[in-house]
Amino acid sequence: MSKVRFATVWLDGCSGCHMSFLDMDERLIELAELVDVVYSPLVDPKQFPDSVDVTLVEGAVSSDEDLEKIRHIREHTQYLIALGDCSVTGNVPSMRNPFKVDEVMNRAYIENATVQPQIPNVSVPTLLPRVRPVHTVVKVDVYVPGCPPSADTIYYVLTTLLRGEVPDLSSRTRFGV
Amino acid sequence: MMIEELHKIAAVERDEDNRFQHHIHVCMETACIASRSDHVKQALTEAAAGKPCRVKGVGCMGLCSAGPLVKVEPEGVLYQGVTPEDATEIVAKLGDSPVSRLECDTETPFFKRQTKIVLENSGLIDPERIENYIAADGYLALHTALNTMTPAEVIAQIAKSGLRGRGGAGFSTGLKWTTVAKSQGERKFVICNADEGDPGAFMDRSVLEGDPHAVLEGMAIAAYAVGASQGYVYVRAEYPLAVERLKLAIRQAKKLGLLGENICGTTFSFNVDIRLGAGAFVCGEETALIASIEGKRGQPRPRPPFPAEYGLWGYPTLINNVETYANVAPIIRKGADWFSAIGTEKSKGTKVFALTGQVVNTGLIEVPMGITLREIVFDIGGGIPEGRKFKAVQTGGPGGGCIPDEYLDMPVDYESLLKIGSFMGSGGMIVMDETSNMVEIAQYFMEFSKTESCGKCVPCRVGTAQMYELLDKVVKCEATMDDLLLLERLCDVVKNTSLCGLGQGAPNPVLSTLRYFRHEYLARIQEGNRETAFVSH
Amino acid sequence: MKQPSSHIKTLQIDGQDVGANQDETILEVARENGIYIPTLCEIEGLSPHGGCRLCLVEVKGVNKLLPACVTHVQEGMEVFTNSPRLQEYRRTILELIFSEGNHICAVCVVNGRCDLQALATKLGMTHVSVPYLYPRRSVDASHDRFALDRNRCILCTRCVRVCDEIEGAHTWDVSGRGVQAHVVTDLNTPWGDSDTCTSCGKCVNVCPTGALFEKGKAVAEMSKKRGFLPYLTQMREKRSK
Repeated sequence: MSKVRFATVWLDGCSGCHMSFLDMDERLIELAELVDVVYSPLVDPKQFPDSVDVTLVEGAVSSDEDLEKIRHIREHTQYLIALGDCSVTGNVPSMRNPFKVDEVMNRAYIENATVQPQIPNVSVPTLLPRVRPVHTVVKVDVYVPGCPPSADTIYYVLTTLLRGEVPDLSSRTRFGV
Repeated sequence: MMIEELHKIAAVERDEDNRFQHHIHVCMETACIASRSDHVKQALTEAAAGKPCRVKGVGCMGLCSAGPLVKVEPEGVLYQGVTPEDATEIVAKLGDSPVSRLECDTETPFFKRQTKIVLENSGLIDPERIENYIAADGYLALHTALNTMTPAEVIAQIAKSGLRGRGGAGFSTGLKWTTVAKSQGERKFVICNADEGDPGAFMDRSVLEGDPHAVLEGMAIAAYAVGASQGYVYVRAEYPLAVERLKLAIRQAKKLGLLGENICGTTFSFNVDIRLGAGAFVCGEETALIASIEGKRGQPRPRPPFPAEYGLWGYPTLINNVETYANVAPIIRKGADWFSAIGTEKSKGTKVFALTGQVVNTGLIEVPMGITLREIVFDIGGGIPEGRKFKAVQTGGPGGGCIPDEYLDMPVDYESLLKIGSFMGSGGMIVMDETSNMVEIAQYFMEFSKTESCGKCVPCRVGTAQMYELLDKVVKCEATMDDLLLLERLCDVVKNTSLCGLGQGAPNPVLSTLRYFRHEYLARIQEGNRETAFVSH
Repeated sequence: MKQPSSHIKTLQIDGQDVGANQDETILEVARENGIYIPTLCEIEGLSPHGGCRLCLVEVKGVNKLLPACVTHVQEGMEVFTNSPRLQEYRRTILELIFSEGNHICAVCVVNGRCDLQALATKLGMTHVSVPYLYPRRSVDASHDRFALDRNRCILCTRCVRVCDEIEGAHTWDVSGRGVQAHVVTDLNTPWGDSDTCTSCGKCVNVCPTGALFEKGKAVAEMSKKRGFLPYLTQMREKRSK
């Protein structure tokens, strides 16, 4: 049996969910027997492959780059898993949403800057007016809340899915954690 | 006040009237005053000085769109669009041929097809003179009830008449009175709900401005029937003229002993006070209204217990709407059988509607229950202006629905309207023609509900805001089919889980337009899809 | 002579036969019998509010859903507390609550001890399927010991009720309508300037979320102490007897 083609992606988040993923420790070796990691911040490839079975998405959709990325990924992924509160609810990144982008930028780069106050605009992605949870942009198949979801939770989700079953997360994780 | 005194006042008033050959009635209600009928009245009074002619301010004559309206009696000539400059000519032509350029045809269905009970005095009597009301048999019913009937007999008459609440829900008035009468309490209260707030509705305002004593008499009879000694009229502060006339009416009735202690020489005492609403639509809901009178934040509470058992300050309380009370005196005076002969099997009597929107004759009408919408819109209303096509008629206010042409021949009664996804409501009736977009109509009403939601319960507070945003997306051609599904899901949740009628009814304009004009929603969604498709290529 | 009427009612909740005193609500009887009905604005010891609509139940023969927190038992009633339809409605209502404010569990003082968060887990809310409204709401940190973050307020009015009914100060109330509704102290003056607030902290402790919290507590550090409420109620009942 061919291995499951597996990917992870990091949008607007703190990478804590990826840290938690790595916290699976020795169980990663067990997973490696079952999956090929075809795309991830943890591996080399820079291009999202044409067909992926399972993709874990960390982070909210905050910039035009995130938006483009997630749309592309959705098109080429069979199972899309929203991993962690940022991707499920918008979480901390979405705290800027009650404000306008200009206000946020001014606050961060002008008002509070001690040296060279300027708003970066070269080779950085443009922020969307509002940070959005992944499911408001593309279809999500499984929601794994948590900030971050524990290594056990991630292990449970992946092994359950690999067995072809639907994970039930009600007693394993929650928003915030 | 004995019956002889009542008759005497009436006789004096009639004699005084008979001294004049001609009577000029000038509408002195909000709509006509807005087009300067007060100036018209002034000019007519000056022109008529020294002539055998009396000028009198009266209540609504119905055809508000043609105001200021002036009527000359006994000839029965109705003038429309009268200006102060026309006064001398009108007076000069009295007893001669009428001023033809101002004449308004009263042989049309608008005037001929109406049946007046609630508005029987409107346009005929001076609402600022209690003697005028008494001359029109006013307070006779109260006298009869107090002196010849037991409270139980009064309730029996009301129950037998089949009168149902005119505030919208159509609960049996007799049954409501019975419940309050049977409830135990050291004190009881009678409240008149005059917090009329539906967009396009002005029935209650017209009744209060045109015939305030009819409402007070109805309240007094109700108080006698249920055993209350204190009444409140809860009226919105946006109706200053109605409030003024009510205040005056209460003062006059007290002076004549028709309100206050030992009314009509009996042991029955009843006082009425006015409480002003501060402009919250939700205060039309009875428990919110009670909270407001108590000086609390005007928001509803779960029922039961109903106010009939646990109302104002915890005492049994009867709450009826203005129009309901205005029906009471005529029923007592003319009998339950007379009343129940009008209308349909389950909806008796008449209903006052404020006919507005894209219809030739806009104004105040009173029609027998069971009349068809077609008769209202096309006969009484004169159809749609400029030959445009009829599209829908909206009844029931923000909790009502839009009724399409396929139901024009349906009788107007409580049950029929409910069956097709609308609601009798308090009597607002807005006609829409082919130029109206039904999604925008739904959005308009949702905006109203969203703004007027008190915020107490989650589904209404947040649900109306969410539905408004979704409708906005549809209107702007930015919605998807998923948005439409979500809209329908929220309609279901808000309708079934909200605390009071405001939330429970808020989805109705959306549901009814989705039911009858779904294609208009789909067209906007498809339009949006086409544009996005174009952009992405 | 009149037949004396019975104060004891028998009814069925989710197929289970239960007995109840006629003054009891469906919610009270359900709790006595270990039947779970979700609640949020309700809290034992304060008057019922009926605003969150999570405790709505189905009663056979009644076409409307009834709030269990205020609906009294009746003889022969058949109550259903957990139909698929109710579950669906409850999840949507929860989603509406989450969409209305700015609830960021990860950075909240009561993370892990929040009634709203716990309900979301318990009722199986996987995500919020209605659009977030992201309102711009204010924070009042003018009080010496406590603070109010309106972003986390769900308008359950527990603070309003405890302050009015137990403390007797009526410092809190609700201002504004619809989604603009918000809690205020005194006549919308800063909490720290309030003449009526006794700084008793009851409001902070009954608040189901992190909207009201003690200053100096970091994420997930605040726990709410509610033992005083049933205790005070009980003592007052005893004294008034």
